[in-house]
Amino acid sequence: MFQTIMFISLVLLSLSIVVGLYRAIKGPSTPDRVMALDTIGINMIAGVAILSIVMNTYAFLEVILLIGILAFIGTIAFSKFIERGVVIERKRDE
Amino acid sequence: MKTNNVLLHTLSRVVTLIILIFSVYLFFAGHNNPGGGFIGGLMTASALMLMYLTFDFSKIKKALPINFTSFIAAGLLFAIGTGFASTLFGFPYLTQFFDYYQLPILGEVELTTALPFDLGVYLVVVGIALTIILTIAEDDK
Repeated sequence: MFQTIMFISLVLLSLSIVVGLYRAIKGPSTPDRVMALDTIGINMIAGVAILSIVMNTYAFLEVILLIGILAFIGTIAFSKFIERGVVIERKRDE
Repeated sequence: MKTNNVLLHTLSRVVTLIILIFSVYLFFAGHNNPGGGFIGGLMTASALMLMYLTFDFSKIKKALPINFTSFIAAGLLFAIGTGFASTLFGFPYLTQFFDYYQLPILGEVELTTALPFDLGVYLVVVGIALTIILTIAEDDK
C-alpha cells in the first residue's frame, strides 16, 4: 500500500517535470525558460526524497540540499545575466 | 534609474553562511558517509561564487584579498606532505595511520592521516574552480 502511494507520487512528479519541460522548450521569453528550469530542479528534489524513502536509505539526503543550492545559484546567475548582461560585474557604478 | 537589489544582498549573506557550513559538514563526513574533499571544495567554491554574483568584483577583492592560485600549491603540498610523512618512519609512501583519541568536547574520535590528504584535495578543488571562473570573468574588456 505504502509503496503504491510512493510510486503514484513519483509518477505525478515526473508528469509535472514533463509539463515544466514543455514550458522550457516552448516558452516565448527567456525568463519563462529560467523559471521552468528552476521548477524542474525543485521537482527533482522531491523525486530524490521519495526515491530515498522507497529505497529505504539515508545516503541521498545530501543530494537534496545540493540540488537546492545549485538550483538557487543557477537561477541567480541566469537572472543577473538577463538583467545586467554580465554575470560577475567588474565594478558597480554608483 | 539606479537599481537596488537589497533583497539579493540580504538573502545571499545568510545563504552563503549556510552553504559554507554545509561544505564543512560534507568535508568531515567523507570518511563514513557520502561527501569528501571534492564535493566539499565545490560547495565552498559555489558559496564564494554566490558572493561574487551578489556583489561586484572589486568589492569582494577588497573584502577577501586572497590569490586563489596559491590554494592549489598549498593543497598539493598538503597531499605530498602526508605521503612523505610515512616514509620518515620507514613505511612505504602514502601509508595511512589511524588511532582513537579522547578529545575534550567531542569524546572518542578516530583521527586518521587521510584527513590532511583530503584537505589537500579540498584546497586544490577550491583553487582550481575559483581560478577558472574568475579568469573567465575578468577578461570581458
